[in-house]
Amino acid sequence: MSILALPTGVGVVVGAPLSYWRTVAWRLSRDRATLVAGSLLLLVVLSAVLAPWISPHDPNAGSIRQRLAEVGAPSHVLGTDEQGRDMLSRLLWGGRMTLLAGLTPVLVAFVLGTVLGVSAGYAGGITNTLVMRTMDIFYAFPAVLLAIAISGALGPGLPNTLISLSIVFIPRVVRVAESATVQVKGLEYVAAARASGAGVWQILRHHLLANILGPVLVFASTQVSLSIILAAGLSFLGLGVTPPAAEWGLMLNTLRQSIYVNAVVPALPGLAIFVTSMAFNLVSDGLRDAMEIRA
Amino acid sequence: MSVALLEARGLRKHFPLRGGVLQRTRAWVRAVDEVAFQVRAGETVGIVGESGCGKSTLARLLLRLVEPDAGHVWFDGEDVLRALPSRMKRLRRDMQLVFQDPHASLNPRLTIEDAVAFSLLVHGVRRAEAREKARMLLGRVGLDPRLYGRRYPHELSGGQRQRVNIARALVLDPKLLLLDEPVSSLDKSVQAQVLNLLQELKAERALTYVFISHDLNVIEYVSDRVLVMYLGRVVESGTADALAESPKHPYTQALYASAPSMDPDRRMERPPIAGDPPNPINPPSGCRFRTRCAFAMPKCAEAAPAPVAVAAGHDVACYLYDEVRT
Ligand SMILES: Nc1ncnc2c1ncn2[C@@H]1O[C@H](COP(=O)(O)OP(=O)(O)OP(=O)(O)O)[C@@H](O)[C@H]1O
Ligand SMILES: [Mg+2]
Repeated sequence: MSILALPTGVGVVVGAPLSYWRTVAWRLSRDRATLVAGSLLLLVVLSAVLAPWISPHDPNAGSIRQRLAEVGAPSHVLGTDEQGRDMLSRLLWGGRMTLLAGLTPVLVAFVLGTVLGVSAGYAGGITNTLVMRTMDIFYAFPAVLLAIAISGALGPGLPNTLISLSIVFIPRVVRVAESATVQVKGLEYVAAARASGAGVWQILRHHLLANILGPVLVFASTQVSLSIILAAGLSFLGLGVTPPAAEWGLMLNTLRQSIYVNAVVPALPGLAIFVTSMAFNLVSDGLRDAMEIRA
Repeated sequence: MSVALLEARGLRKHFPLRGGVLQRTRAWVRAVDEVAFQVRAGETVGIVGESGCGKSTLARLLLRLVEPDAGHVWFDGEDVLRALPSRMKRLRRDMQLVFQDPHASLNPRLTIEDAVAFSLLVHGVRRAEAREKARMLLGRVGLDPRLYGRRYPHELSGGQRQRVNIARALVLDPKLLLLDEPVSSLDKSVQAQVLNLLQELKAERALTYVFISHDLNVIEYVSDRVLVMYLGRVVESGTADALAESPKHPYTQALYASAPSMDPDRRMERPPIAGDPPNPINPPSGCRFRTRCAFAMPKCAEAAPAPVAVAAGHDVACYLYDEVRT
């Protein structure tokens, strides 16, 4: 585990305690790029959450007469799609779907993966071998291929997307959690806790989890952007969210043929995917630096 | 003489070295082999030996942090290795260990006050009371709890961390303290301070020490009796004075000769040990020191020599002294 370097100006006051998380917050507050990306992310998340209240039109109500309106058209700020549906509304609602489909699997993987990884790492022996070799089977496939294969087998729809993406991310989290657990388990402070008579749960709770959750969380956050891209990708291929629901990947697919008629509007969902996944990447990078976890 | 507070007999630990796809055992690290000794209440037993000779492993075996492959450990008349979990938890209060590495032995996420109080919480003491006792002990080891109590380990120096480790080991009021190279990573001046603190604490709390070090000067300074270890085996044991005045085993002789001594008569009287210590993976057959020993005989390769008493309380495991017995 890395030893925190003291940020200058903090902690020099004699007796001033400086908790780990306060140090992390202090570091983040100094990191411009992360702050900008974080604000952007907040904006995306907020607009997705508030879509039902802030979107100007029904995202599924089309109009034959207003197909593929330009950006800036009256009452359609971001134009309309190939069925004449308001793009701004669809992007807001689509963000809900894409974020849900992107974040949920990582969250599920974070919880299940940590439980599995910590158990395997702490138990060692045959349990460890069984769990880790099973994970290796999944890990051997490229993420995209695995996601497509599982989704293909399960069929389209949001629940199946969530399941297949969770299966993609669980083995990755398990690996990180397991190796962090094995590393921390061998440190002397864990032996010291055992020597004082602490049981497995007390050691897990006070010594292991406290020291491995940080790195695992940072790792999980690096996977969110990939998960968003995979979720959008599955929809794009018709294996994810089904029409007419608005979802960025699906929108990209249906607008694909219109690119010669109107180049700007079809690019918007792609831009949304790009900006959101970039923002997630930058924030997780910043988080990793602030927590001083070496990749 | 009172009964031994701690007694070990035939302790053995061999670590498997695994490799290959199937994780088959490729070789064994013979970290500790047939170690036997006694520690009487109130004394300080020093264990000295080169790096990698199994000192830390021995300490962990005595505390049952690592399960031995064979042997027995008795503490206060109780069979430690047979103790059931609840009994073991009770026993752990009485025997504590100060760890070797002051950087790895404190949880970076706990304030030092909480690190010390944790052991008490484990034993069901209420939080406020545990904190209070932890603060008191931090004060006793020389760390003002008002200044340091709420600090994290990374804010402390090596010497300060080692004081925290001592406080943590003492907070359960143990009878026996195992000290695994408690001062090896510290500067000379800090070493002296910590050693003096340990001597004070011992007198104050009627403690018994098992003091591990590779530094003969430190061992001579603190110990009543000394065990000399070589590649997992005890080669000689006796009072600190007896070993200093007439070391018997060729390894002990070389060890005392090569240590920078305060006594000019003893300095460089004997040749220092030649060569590097052999690997504990596949150590030499028979006497493990024979590959570096000036007196090696054919029978040294056949079987490990059993300890022989050359004087009362002075045992040597070497064939040179076999005639004493017969
Ligand atoms: N868990 C383990 N698995 C495998 N080998 C081990 C393990 N613990 C210790 N060893 C090996 O056992 C031998 C003795 O190690 P130990 O740490 O007891 O030595 P030491 O005398 O304390 O050395 P030092 O002075 O460097 O602390 C070493 O060769 C070490 O590599
Ligand atoms: Mg050691």
